[in-house]
Amino acid sequence: MFTDLFYFMRAKGLKVSMNEWLSLMEALERGLCRNSLLEFYYVSRAILIKTEADFDKFDEVFLEYFDRIQHIEDIPQELMDWLHDPKNMKKYDKDEVDARTTYDLEKLRQMLEERLQEQHERHDGGQYWVGTGGTSTMGHSGYAATGIRVGGKGQHRHALQVAGERDFRDFREDNVLDQRSFQLAFRRLRQMTTRQDGPMDVLNLDRTINETCNNAGYLQLEFDRPRTNDIKVMVLFDSGGSMTPYARLCSQLFQAVNRANNFKDLKIFYFHNCWYSELYTGPRCIYGESVQTQWVINNLSRDYKVIVVGDASMAPSELTWVGGSSYYNRYNAETGLTWLNRFHSRFEKMVWFNPIPEAMWEYDYGYQTIEMIRNTVDMYQLTVEGLGRGLKKLVSAR
Amino acid sequence: MKEFKGSSKYVVSEDLLRIVNIAIALEKPLLIKGEPGTGKTMLADAIAEALGKKLIIWNIKSTTKAQDGLYVYDTVQRLYDSQFGGEGVDDIKKYIKLGKLGEAFADDEQVILLIDEIDKADLEFPNDLLWELDKMEFYIPETKQTIAAKKRPIVIITSNAEKELPDAFLRRCIFHYIAFPNQDMMTDIVHAHYDNIEDHLLQRAMEAFYQIRDLPTVAKKPSTSELLDWLQALRLGGVDPEKIEKELPYAGILLKKTEDLTAVKNAKNRVKNGYRW
Repeated sequence: MFTDLFYFMRAKGLKVSMNEWLSLMEALERGLCRNSLLEFYYVSRAILIKTEADFDKFDEVFLEYFDRIQHIEDIPQELMDWLHDPKNMKKYDKDEVDARTTYDLEKLRQMLEERLQEQHERHDGGQYWVGTGGTSTMGHSGYAATGIRVGGKGQHRHALQVAGERDFRDFREDNVLDQRSFQLAFRRLRQMTTRQDGPMDVLNLDRTINETCNNAGYLQLEFDRPRTNDIKVMVLFDSGGSMTPYARLCSQLFQAVNRANNFKDLKIFYFHNCWYSELYTGPRCIYGESVQTQWVINNLSRDYKVIVVGDASMAPSELTWVGGSSYYNRYNAETGLTWLNRFHSRFEKMVWFNPIPEAMWEYDYGYQTIEMIRNTVDMYQLTVEGLGRGLKKLVSAR
Repeated sequence: MKEFKGSSKYVVSEDLLRIVNIAIALEKPLLIKGEPGTGKTMLADAIAEALGKKLIIWNIKSTTKAQDGLYVYDTVQRLYDSQFGGEGVDDIKKYIKLGKLGEAFADDEQVILLIDEIDKADLEFPNDLLWELDKMEFYIPETKQTIAAKKRPIVIITSNAEKELPDAFLRRCIFHYIAFPNQDMMTDIVHAHYDNIEDHLLQRAMEAFYQIRDLPTVAKKPSTSELLDWLQALRLGGVDPEKIEKELPYAGILLKKTEDLTAVKNAKNRVKNGYRW
C-alpha cells in the first residue's frame, strides 16, 4: 500500500527508513488512521518524521503526492450515507477484476465525477457504482486494481488543507537562525580521544568500589583513559567591505564559536577579501595586529580544522595577480590563490561558509572568485543546515 | 483499550491527543519536543491521571547513565554485611536495586514511564537504551536474571533539543512537536488554571503577551508558565487592564534578560512615535 509514497518521500530527501514505514503500515492495518486522509497525515507524520525541521518538507511532499487525488468535488452527504455501513465482499476473480479496473488517475477521476452525476441510490457488491464490498473502482471495503476510496468518517478539514497551511515553515533548517542554533551546530564538532590511546590515569571510582568490595575489602584500584574532545579549530573571518551586510550574522557565529568551550584549542584570525602573507589577529585588519601566514602554516599542526567565513566576492585580480591586494600599500608578492592553496595543503580539513545564498553564487557580483575558491575549498551557505553539513565534512574521516 | 482524552488541569490539542493514542496503540515510545514551557512534562502527568495509571518519572541529568535506569548493584552494602555477619550475604539479589526503568518493567500493572529531558544526558545515552526500550527487558549478569516487562509500560520521552538525538533511537519513536499554543488554546489553558479570571484583564494581558512574543528582537520568548505567573501577579496587584499594554507592569516576570527588557522598551517607544509594535 502506498509503496510509491515511500519512494516518493525518499526521492524528495526525507530520510524515511524501512522500519518506520513498516510501523506506519501496521498503524494502517490496525485502523489507527480511521480511513481518513487527515488522520493518515498526522499518523504518518508522527511515525515517519522525527524533527520539526522536516515538518514543512513533509507537508510539501504530502501535498504534492495527494494533490492529484483530492481535486474531486465534495462528495454529497447522501452518497456518504449509502457508504456508511459496508457490506462484506463476495467471491471474485482477481484476474478478471484487475483486467477490468486498471485505469490511470485522470480517467478514474472522470469516472467518479460521472457517477456522482448519475447515481441516485445505494449500490453494494457490484462492479459499476460507488459502493461497498464490490469490485468497482469507487467506494470502499471492496477490491479493484486501481480505484478511489470514497467514504469513511466525515471530516471538517481535508488533510491536504492541513498540509497546505504549512505551519512549520519557520522550523526549516535552511532558514538562517539565531545564535543558539549556531551553538548547537558547533557541538557536532567533536572528536573524542579514543579509549585506545593516552595514559590510563583517571581513577574509575565506581569500578574501584565494586572491585574492592568483590575482593572482600582489599583495595583494588581501577583506572581508565580519559575521554576528551581532541578537536582543534581555526576560524578565519572576512572582515569589512562587502561583508558589512552580514556583520550581525558573523558576529553571532563568532560568539557561538567563542562560547563553544569543547574545543581543545581555538584560533581566530581575520582577513580582508583574501589573505596573503599576513593574517590579522583583530577584526580591524591593521598592520600591527598580524601574524605571518607562513608562521601559522609552519607552527600549527596539520590536524587543525579550518573554518573560513567570507563572501568570497572580490575583484578577480585580488586572487590571481601578484600585487593584486585591495590595500594598495600592502604589496603581495604571491597571489591570493597561491596562499589559499598553500594553506589548504597544510590544513586538509578546511571548509568555507558563505553568507550569500547558494542560489546566487553563480550570478552574484563575485561569481568569478566564488567559483575559483570553490574549486579549491568546499563551500557551504552560512545557514544552520549548511553549517551542519560543513562541520560534518570537517570531522568526517575522508 | 482506554483512550486518552485530556485531563482537567491539562488542555490538550487535538493533534497531540491523536498522537498519544497512536503511540499507546503501537506500543512505541512517544518523543515529545517543544519550546520550554509548553507543558511537555505535564503531559505524562495528565495521561497517567486520565488513564488511571501509575506514573514513574526518570529525570535525566548530564551525569545520568543508561545503567542507572536499569539497576544498581550495591556491593558496598554487601561487603559491609559480610564483615559484620549480616544475613543472606550470599544472596546477590538482595543487593540489586532496580532503577526507574527496571521499576516500570517489574510493576504488575501497566505504568506510564516518563523519561524527562533525555537530551540532557551524554550523546550516547539514548543509544544505550535501544534494546531495553525495544524489547522491554534487560539482563542482570550478577544474578543471571532477565527482567522483562510484565506489562509494556507506556513510555513518554521529552526533549528540549539541546542535543541531536541519534537516528537509530529516533527511528523507534513516535514523534510529536508541541507548537506554541495560539490565543484560543491559551485562553483555555489559562481557564484550566485560574477559573475565575476577569475576561477583560485576560484579553489585554494576552494581547500584550503575544505582541512581545512576536518581537523579533526578544531572544528568550516568554512561555505559558511565565504568562500564568504574570496573570497571577496582575490579579494580585489589582492592575487596571487598560494600563497593561502601555505600561507592562511586572515585566520582569515575563522577560528574564536585561537585553529583552530593553528591546521591549525600545519597541514601546516606537509605538509612542506612531508605529505599531
